Amino acid sequence: MTVFILRRVLQAILVLFITSLVVFLGVYAIGDPLEILLPADASMAERAQVAASLHLDDPLPLQYLNFITSALQGDFGRSFVYNRPALDVIFERLPATLELVTTSLILSLILGIPLGLIAGVKPGSVTDESIMTGSILGFSLPNFWQGMMLIMIFAVWLGWLPSTGRGQTGDILGIRTSYATWDGFIHLLLPATNLALAQIALVIRLTRTGVQETMPLDFVKYARARGISERRILFVHVLKTILIPIVTVLGIEFGSLIAFAVVTETIFAWPGVGKLIIDSINMLDRPIVVAYILVIVAMFIVINLIVDVLYSLLDPRIRSRAS
Amino acid sequence: MTMTFLRKSESMAARILRGLLSSPKATIAAVICLILVFSAIFAPLIAPQNPYDLNEIDFFDAKLPPMSEGYSGMTYILGTDGQGRDMFSAMLYGLRTSLAVGVTSGLLAMLVGTALGLIAAYRGGFLDSFIMRFVDLMLGFPTILVALMVLVVFGQGVGKVILALVFVQWAYFARAVRATALVESGKEYAEAARCLGIPAWRIMGGHILPNCLPPLIVIGTIQVASAIAAEATLSFLGIGLPITQPSLGLLISNGYQVMLAGLYWMSVYPGLLLLVLVFSVNIVGDRLREILNPRLAQ
Repeated sequence: MTVFILRRVLQAILVLFITSLVVFLGVYAIGDPLEILLPADASMAERAQVAASLHLDDPLPLQYLNFITSALQGDFGRSFVYNRPALDVIFERLPATLELVTTSLILSLILGIPLGLIAGVKPGSVTDESIMTGSILGFSLPNFWQGMMLIMIFAVWLGWLPSTGRGQTGDILGIRTSYATWDGFIHLLLPATNLALAQIALVIRLTRTGVQETMPLDFVKYARARGISERRILFVHVLKTILIPIVTVLGIEFGSLIAFAVVTETIFAWPGVGKLIIDSINMLDRPIVVAYILVIVAMFIVINLIVDVLYSLLDPRIRSRAS
Repeated sequence: MTMTFLRKSESMAARILRGLLSSPKATIAAVICLILVFSAIFAPLIAPQNPYDLNEIDFFDAKLPPMSEGYSGMTYILGTDGQGRDMFSAMLYGLRTSLAVGVTSGLLAMLVGTALGLIAAYRGGFLDSFIMRFVDLMLGFPTILVALMVLVVFGQGVGKVILALVFVQWAYFARAVRATALVESGKEYAEAARCLGIPAWRIMGGHILPNCLPPLIVIGTIQVASAIAAEATLSFLGIGLPITQPSLGLLISNGYQVMLAGLYWMSVYPGLLLLVLVFSVNIVGDRLREILNPRLAQ
């Protein structure tokens, strides 16, 4: 067991190291930040001075070495645009993204599970067909366009919900969140729906498959024989058994939602890390781009590591296969 | 050997056709796909104007709503954009770019993924576990993050976007091909071929690869749809195709700037076209999966 975890941790570190190298080299190649930071008529002396103050004139391996040693201490350099430590800027924006992602996950569970249960209980029926076609639609709808349509319908035509920004936030138990105020809450609705739609489709599919696999099992027949209503069997007995795999998959999806928040945040001008990274790519704000990718990749690796370890604890077969 | 291969692929084509036609939903979707592909190929012939020929565009016709008549007497059925371009023509040309990028990257990813999947299955050992570790890693990361990283590292442009999409997608093919190839190479015909002393690379390419086609067709279809959607997303974010290669995603992005001002047609119609395209390809892919391999459904 210890060997398994150790192998996994070593692998994770290797992946992080390679990512850092690739991203550092790539970002170094995309452009000259001096072009953006300095006015067009800056003299060579001014250029050299700024380059030296940002350590842009060091040889490449030295820059990487400096970068990686300070990165290990949590220092990714100062953002060229905000003139603050890159990691600070990212961590300041991260709560807004996490709030959006969590809300989407909750939404996808609340809507996806009942729809999946209904579809799975009568496979091939008209209800099932329409729910499944709807879920393909959910996968197919380009996320950004679907977000624009949400804005157009609910913000422009109906005028019910605000379309951009985060609105007012308040404190609940010391955490700044949009849930604390009504204004914040209604600002959250459209972006969260936008991000959740593909997840809802996913949850519907998972639930439907789960129901189809569970319904023929003996314990369901036994529950029927005991005279328990079909509805109670479906929503209590069957649901309980299929909930674990669904929650596991959603756990893994958490990371990918953070990545997809890039699109949602751009459309809804949500002040999270996703919007930050797109802005930073366009402004060649190298430290932010590098820090963002490494932070997200690290989060991803940690989530996958936890899932792997939990699985191997639950199912010893995986452990023996991997080693 | 050639004969049996031909006969087999023929019967598979017939099976696919029969399966598609037996579902009205899939038939409609397949017909829509065909129409869209044809209109993309023949866009210059169908489009009322060449939207990127400055001589044909009238700046006085800018921002006209759908069905309005322009300065030159031409009726713009889907309106015009901010430069006076006919939206319908621009969408046809955009469809062309979107399809070209999606299909190219889908096919390239299939090529790379199939080759690596076959090598993994046939070599086994260290190479196999190395390739498959890499596949696991790739599949573990969300598409958009990987594409973002590739574009950050290599910069922007049509070739770079295709590269990013191939990078994102090859792993799906590799995993499927390896799994199928492993099963197939245990069968009697593969064993017979080995006994005949046929070199391993020929068994893999000539005997086993044709039997990997069903999963490849299914994944290929679905990956083309997701490549088109991914390209549109990247272009919308402003890190995809350059402004000189306006795909549907870029058209939507341009329309988005004026959508809140009520000029809805510049973003709604290209978006609908994109949706219809991706949706029908996905429906066809879903049906293909049912026809070719019921067990592949996850």
